[in-house]
Amino acid sequence: MSSAMLELILEATLDTLYMVALSGAVSAVIGIPLGVLLYVTRPGQILAQPVAQRVLGIVTNIGRSIPFIILMVAIIPFTRLVVGSSIGTNAAIVPLIIAAIPFVARLVEGALNEIPPGLIEAAQAMGATPVQIITKVLLPEAKGGIINGLTITVVTLVSYSAMAGAVGGGGLGDLGIRYGYNRFEPLIMLITVAILVVMVQGFQSLGDRLVRKADHK
Amino acid sequence: MIKLEGVSKTYGAGPTAVHALKNIDLDVPQGAIHGVIGLSGAGKSTLIRCVNLLERPTSGHVIVDGQDLTQQDSEALRQSRHQLGMIFQHFNLLASRTVFDNVALPLELMGVSKGEIRERVEPLLDLTGLTDKATQYPAQLSGGQKQRVAIARALASRPKVLLCDEATSALDPQTTASILELLQDINRKLGLTILLITHEMEVVKSICHRVGLISDGELVEEADVGDFFTAPATRLGREFLNAFLELEPPQALVERLEETPGEHTHPVVRLAFSGANVATPLISRLARDSGVDVSILQAKVESIQGRTLGLMIAELIGTPETTSQALTQLESHDINVEVLGHVQRDA
Repeated sequence: MSSAMLELILEATLDTLYMVALSGAVSAVIGIPLGVLLYVTRPGQILAQPVAQRVLGIVTNIGRSIPFIILMVAIIPFTRLVVGSSIGTNAAIVPLIIAAIPFVARLVEGALNEIPPGLIEAAQAMGATPVQIITKVLLPEAKGGIINGLTITVVTLVSYSAMAGAVGGGGLGDLGIRYGYNRFEPLIMLITVAILVVMVQGFQSLGDRLVRKADHK
Repeated sequence: MIKLEGVSKTYGAGPTAVHALKNIDLDVPQGAIHGVIGLSGAGKSTLIRCVNLLERPTSGHVIVDGQDLTQQDSEALRQSRHQLGMIFQHFNLLASRTVFDNVALPLELMGVSKGEIRERVEPLLDLTGLTDKATQYPAQLSGGQKQRVAIARALASRPKVLLCDEATSALDPQTTASILELLQDINRKLGLTILLITHEMEVVKSICHRVGLISDGELVEEADVGDFFTAPATRLGREFLNAFLELEPPQALVERLEETPGEHTHPVVRLAFSGANVATPLISRLARDSGVDVSILQAKVESIQGRTLGLMIAELIGTPETTSQALTQLESHDINVEVLGHVQRDA
């Protein structure tokens, strides 16, 4: 294989890592609070806001139901507004973030669901404020579940980022499609898939290790 | 210390409304251990959760240490809750925190400094026998140890009242005994007022001073524990007691019991002696004085908080005149007599 080809593969790998890391980080920063909000505003919960909760839930579901490839194209004007361009790696990150936020939010909500309600009650009996319940009880107790959810999100982002080529985003998936599929170069296809497999395995075992460290169950 | 005035709690409205508590009055003086016993679904859990307003009563007042909690805004209520420690059937410890950090939690919530937290948590671990477990996580502890952590945690804010919601129901009998001992110890050492709810007579017998019996959302009976175990005033009270003492007449006899006396029947009675009567040879005296024969079907002696209690199920065999005379004689000796029924004397 030519050194130009190797360089192409390396560049694509870095592009993928860049897209996954940045979109993963931003969607976590927004998605975790959103997931907490979805949980604490439920009827009967510590900050019950049933109407707002429903609206939030519907919006989250809409975000999750739009196929990524359609989302990517549909929000092009917004992407251009945010990053100044509708093509390139950065332009691919915007839809990745938009797609991942509701995903993270639901996974976080699910992780919070696993907390025995008695813990919240015990904290209330101690005179905890809602904010204290979130920071001292909910988030620490759900830490393992949240890390698990973020791991799933990152792995999903790896596969979503393969579609980034549609807006000229680059990355391994794009390389695999253009060279491996369109030009029918099986070796390139094989290499990109192999790197993606290694990447996913790596993220998963890193996530698993962090979950084990966080969980004292 | 704890006063409930006309507390009611209704879930839902209209014809499907559930009246979990109906006009409950309760007064627990400072330093007392007060038990509320009842079957599951009777409302005891709702009752104890109304005391710290985890459940807000539909009507009525909850007064703790002179403060009406039902009138307080949420900030004042949070402050008041520091005066009310609570422990739970399933411990409710934070799995993500060590024993030390679990006990420290209420202090963190109150904004106590790190140094002071250390100073206050260590004696509590000592009191509850957990010093060597300080750095362990709840998952590494047994049920009894978990409840000890929960007790230490409940005491961290130096409350005046401890609420125990079925605190020993998930524990085996030996562990239950050690937790009850700890609660009694805390009550004596710290003068802490304890309100506990339970379905176990053993808990009431071991540590309570007074006991209330709750049924279908109503407090149907309230008495000093010694009196309750001698002579419960209600049928439900007697059922609890008999089940606890395993003092039921033999099944074969129950089937033959008739409610009204007949021509050739003998009364079957349940006798409860307390105090000096236990040591007096009343039965043989009764046989001599009244001329009835006493057939003892079951008997046992229980010690309830230093008071000795004798219980007996017996058949009084004699003529209607002599048996009724015997009953009068028993009652005059301050023995609690309950006629369970009458049996035909076969042959």
